[in-house]
Amino acid sequence: MTESVTANGFALDTSGQRVVVDPICRIEGHLRIEVNLDTENVIRNAVSTGTMWRGLEIILKGRDPRDAWAFTERICGVCTGVHALTSVRAVEDALGIEIPTNANHIRNLMMLAQYTQDHLVHFYHLHALDWVDVVSALSADPKATSALQQSISTWHKSSPGYFRDVQARIKRFVESGQLGPFSNAYWGSPAYKLPPEANLMAVTHYLEALDFQREIVKIHTVFGGRNPHPNWVVGGMPCSFSLNETGGINMEWLNLVSSIIDRSIEFIDKVYIPDLTAIASFYPEWTTYGGGLSSTNLLSYGDFPRVANDWSQENMYMPGGAIINGDLSTVHEVDTRDPEQVQEFVAHSWYKYPDENKGLHPWDGVTDPNFELGPNTKGTKTNIQEIDEGAKYSFVKAPRWRGHAMEVGPLARYVIAYARGNEEIKAQVDGLLGALGLPLTALFSTLGRTAARGLECSWAAHKMRVVFDDMMANLKAGDTATSNMDLWEPSSWPKDTKGVGRVEAPRGALGHWVHIKDSKIENYQAIVPTTWNASPRDPAGNIGAYEAALLGTPMVNAEQPLEILRTIHSFDPCLACATHVIAPDGQELATVKVR
Amino acid sequence: MVAEGETETLILGIGNVLWADEGFGVRCVEALNARFHFDETVRLMDGGTQGLFLLPWVSSVSRLLLFDAIDFGLEPGQLRVMRDDEVPQYLGAKKVSMHQTGFQEVLMSAKLLNDRPKQLALIGVQPEMLDDYGGSLRASVRQRIPEAVDRACEILNDWGVNFREREEPLTKVELIGPGALEMGIYESGKPG
Repeated sequence: MTESVTANGFALDTSGQRVVVDPICRIEGHLRIEVNLDTENVIRNAVSTGTMWRGLEIILKGRDPRDAWAFTERICGVCTGVHALTSVRAVEDALGIEIPTNANHIRNLMMLAQYTQDHLVHFYHLHALDWVDVVSALSADPKATSALQQSISTWHKSSPGYFRDVQARIKRFVESGQLGPFSNAYWGSPAYKLPPEANLMAVTHYLEALDFQREIVKIHTVFGGRNPHPNWVVGGMPCSFSLNETGGINMEWLNLVSSIIDRSIEFIDKVYIPDLTAIASFYPEWTTYGGGLSSTNLLSYGDFPRVANDWSQENMYMPGGAIINGDLSTVHEVDTRDPEQVQEFVAHSWYKYPDENKGLHPWDGVTDPNFELGPNTKGTKTNIQEIDEGAKYSFVKAPRWRGHAMEVGPLARYVIAYARGNEEIKAQVDGLLGALGLPLTALFSTLGRTAARGLECSWAAHKMRVVFDDMMANLKAGDTATSNMDLWEPSSWPKDTKGVGRVEAPRGALGHWVHIKDSKIENYQAIVPTTWNASPRDPAGNIGAYEAALLGTPMVNAEQPLEILRTIHSFDPCLACATHVIAPDGQELATVKVR
Repeated sequence: MVAEGETETLILGIGNVLWADEGFGVRCVEALNARFHFDETVRLMDGGTQGLFLLPWVSSVSRLLLFDAIDFGLEPGQLRVMRDDEVPQYLGAKKVSMHQTGFQEVLMSAKLLNDRPKQLALIGVQPEMLDDYGGSLRASVRQRIPEAVDRACEILNDWGVNFREREEPLTKVELIGPGALEMGIYESGKPG
């Protein structure tokens, strides 16, 4: 049987030509996508496979829970701080530790800086090249580019001479044969729709963003001591303030942070958002493709507590919850401690459970690898040509909320905050949709996901200003405490305790579940955003967010899977987090096999 | 805290200490740091697998010394040293470990910004084992660390970088990363 309807309502047809893209990410690889196309080249079945095994849980067993953050910070090359923060929150939750006001402010600032930098880098350095043709930029008229720039923004770098210089620089680079960052693309494909001038403007901003993002990470340097792997501590933050002296974090450093915040706001609002709007206007069909689960099931834990140690959604700058079956009138509360809510399934994942029809809450989670292929696999264990999605087919587990497959990430956060009536987010969303003349339903798409990330980047930069000012007021009122060491010693801990750390990472809902017994880690499980989005099917037959989002998208050319990249990149996948390397052969270019 | 502007030389270990021989680069920087004292113009760093996120550090220095585990197709544990233009040519030509594309992009991006370090060297090792998550260096790779450190000293001397043998053992604040990840402590906690 080649036609079916999934439990969550998606029609699948596996009869057509199969296309395999492996790997699909530009930075952190190890995600494989297979699709079936119909005779019109429209995607009718999609299969998402994580090709790495994750074994973090095994590394952490028996270690000191106060050290777990340092290990989790090494899970992933891109999401360092977010795992560290989630880990210290999990341990603090288990031990009942409350953190000081300043520590809450600093953590919020570091995460907001992470959003700002991560979203900016994702847009310009990973995702923009799915929409922007670098080679076409070489034929742009610098004068017309200047006029275009000045028509959409007051950004000061806009003269014809400036664009001419940048164009010459790109040309030298391309002609040297060292495309470097630009080597992984399908230049000249008819799927690219921007005029040369818009391409030149966007490529110019690629360079400006590359330059500017270096500033944003200095915020992590100030508070985290040692970026690229910032320092954290259970109970607060391991830095100290000395406003009137030269040691510790003094006024000079705080003024630097303040200045970076102002410049971030300016860059995002004058460059990123106008570019996003301009590019989106050339791809209206992409506000109808790629929606997947976004119009039905969305999950966010909520984050950025205004007041320290209060986890109610009313206290969150970014409120969370769950939306089910597209009903925006009800945002359900999410309890990460409830064994009936968040569960992971492995019926289609390369792990063993005692009963694979049942899900396990992460506190009871098991990570026992079991790599076996289904009877309809084509190829061999070491060279899979076509995967059998009827059997186990991914090293990613399938997390579900009350049995539902969920999408997480900026779009999920934005729709949930919108549904909760958050004024700031409503104003941003309505403003952008109004400027493009689009209905609210346009959000439920590939471009909707990309737009939500851009809006959130601006939101985060502006929110840094609010948090920074609150922190300065608290410091000036004489409170300089950054950590609470009352429960540092294991002798003060319960003999057996469990905790959850939750963070809204740039890519979505991230949770760490820890079980501490006799002062050591007994079990540690992480469910990362990409596990939700890249999840394989579950025993009930629900497909995950990537698989759902790819359905119905027409491809211009099956040999050049730009459309698949656009939708998968719109999620900002991070497979290094979701799984772990088994084969070390990182490949620079995705190989595409059409069968 | 050292301001970035004062750093002239970056000694960067690339790789992930959680993945067996992938930890070579970081362990070499640790070993160098344990043996020698550097002044504030030199920064020693665990670069992890951060790819583009290392750009701020790489593009702000004039000299970059890299340690990494790279697939040269040699015998496990064999070292290879590359200088200046040899480094990007190699990185661009061959498939290597998972983060390598990321680091190639860092060098290319620094070049795009006209901020590439003037002097560049790579000390690489052929790994024996990568897919032992939570494991540590294999003996064939581990025993090359002293030699890699010696080669680093030669390069740093060539560049005119000042350093001296430590008279006092390393203190906690001088470690390049959190103590829990330092090789001895890390290995003692490896579960059976």
